[in-house]
Amino acid sequence: MLRFVLRRCGLAVPSLFGLLVVTFLMIRLVPSDPAAAMAGDAATPEQIALLRHKYGLDQPVWDQFVVYLGRIVRLDLGESAFTHRPVATDIAQRLPATLELIFASMFLSVGLGVPIGVLAALRHNEMPDFVLRVLSVLGVAVATFWFAIMLQLLFSMQLHWLPLRGQLADSVPRPVNITGFLLLDSLLGRRWDAFGDALAHLVLPAVTLAFGGLSGIARFTRAGVLDTLQNDFVFYERAMGFRRSRLIWRYVLRNSVTATVTQIGLLFGGLIAGGVVVEAIFDWPGIGSYTVQAILTGDRQVMLSVTLLVGVIYAVVNILTDLVHGLLDPRLLDRT
Amino acid sequence: MNLVLRKLLRDVPAALGLAIVVIVLLVAIVGPMIAPYPGDAVTSHLLRRLKPPSGAFPFGTDNLGRDIFSRVILGARGALEVSLVVVGIAMAIGVPLGLIAGYRGGWLSELIMRITDSVLAIPQLMLALALAQFLTPSLESAMLALSLTYWPFFTRSVYAETRRVAASLFVDALRGIGAGAPRIIVFHVLPNVISPVIVRATIGVGFTILVAALLGFLGMGATPPAPDWGLMIAESRGYLPTSWWFAMFPGLAIMLTVAGFNLLGDGLRDLVDPRLRRSR
Repeated sequence: MLRFVLRRCGLAVPSLFGLLVVTFLMIRLVPSDPAAAMAGDAATPEQIALLRHKYGLDQPVWDQFVVYLGRIVRLDLGESAFTHRPVATDIAQRLPATLELIFASMFLSVGLGVPIGVLAALRHNEMPDFVLRVLSVLGVAVATFWFAIMLQLLFSMQLHWLPLRGQLADSVPRPVNITGFLLLDSLLGRRWDAFGDALAHLVLPAVTLAFGGLSGIARFTRAGVLDTLQNDFVFYERAMGFRRSRLIWRYVLRNSVTATVTQIGLLFGGLIAGGVVVEAIFDWPGIGSYTVQAILTGDRQVMLSVTLLVGVIYAVVNILTDLVHGLLDPRLLDRT
Repeated sequence: MNLVLRKLLRDVPAALGLAIVVIVLLVAIVGPMIAPYPGDAVTSHLLRRLKPPSGAFPFGTDNLGRDIFSRVILGARGALEVSLVVVGIAMAIGVPLGLIAGYRGGWLSELIMRITDSVLAIPQLMLALALAQFLTPSLESAMLALSLTYWPFFTRSVYAETRRVAASLFVDALRGIGAGAPRIIVFHVLPNVISPVIVRATIGVGFTILVAALLGFLGMGATPPAPDWGLMIAESRGYLPTSWWFAMFPGLAIMLTVAGFNLLGDGLRDLVDPRLRRSR
């Protein structure tokens, strides 16, 4: 088991290193002069030269790469040109909100996607199956930003059921900061008003983000269950008079979810990327709206750091996915 | 080819996808001729701004009094142009790299696949956003950013297929009778690995329309007054909730088009690889 984990982590190292090279080359190969871009339009040539020296842009490429690596390892991600604060600090402050949104969407898409997929497989070629197929086509084809705006239009602007944007209403004081996670903090501080309000704010962004993933999860679960149902052991257990619910939800499902687990791993990456635009539309104070702000202000340091961060998260999630595969199907552990 | 088409048409969702794709292609080609107000791509009529859908304006008018129905029609060309060019460039980079890496082996193959994996190490959307931002924001930069982040998908699948084909007996036989590597790769390996590429490209066109619309929405792609679907949705945000039609119809156009390409792609995949059949 430990060997499997180590091996799997080792495999991630080259592609993470490659990611560093790619992001580094992105700074270097950009046609414009990064120092001039940082200094702004009104800068004098002296100021630009000063900046160039400050960031080591007058050094040979190799030396720059080594310096760059050293800074990344020390988690020194530079300073945001917009907030004038260290990027690492900004990210640390905004990460909990993003994680809260992502976990809520994961919870929704897995919690609904798996049962829907099982149902569609059991009612194969009947109404539920048909509905799922239509939904999964639309789920992949819908533009997230448009879906978000449509939900806002219906549930916030017309029906006034749910708040339009933000993470907490202005009228509700923030609970004491303990973990940084708003929902958790309001629970720990017994602030039920804040908890309810935060939950209401979470619904629309989480549903938007979950919609695409949900259909993917449901589709793969359906395919997996259909496959497993063909097996002899299902036939045998049915003949032995096993309760149907126990048979489906324990034995069949466990043998069917391998593809679903892969999907969940992929979903995580999709949620991080899709979260960028969803956060921007709902003014969610996380990494995504930070990214869009960086795009609009041309804040390269932030763009680079966020890209790296997403790469690292993605790698970790991939490793976890493989581990879960191993736990579900121990035969995979021996094969490596 | 005839047989392929007939089999495809028997698959209802795939036939529906094919129909949508053909219609969108036609609309893109003859758009300016069938749009009721072809001039509304650029001209504004302030006297009839933000009119709800009616007989004269089936999708209503926007903040500058332009007919949204016409602009949705005119937007098809831009969306298809962008995604076809992006997928074309990505194929032109990705397929040869996959062929070389799969056929040659050795350090070159190792290098190509490491680079491929590095690019695949982040979600494409994220990398494309970063890249588009690093280049000067314009439609061309957005297209370049999308192409430069999409080719690895082609390299990955071509590489795997090429490895399989290159190990087969008939390739050995070709080598035995003295065929050179370029000849084998182009005339014998390529035709055997092309079908997954076509499937990937079809789905890729739909996917690229989505991402390009997002870039337009964020102001990193098409620039006003271009009738771009993503841009139209971005412009509509200031006029909600009263002018709901302004936001609704461009989004529906995106959804329909992307769904068409996805359905067609899924149908093609079922033909190419019956093992992955989605509906049994």
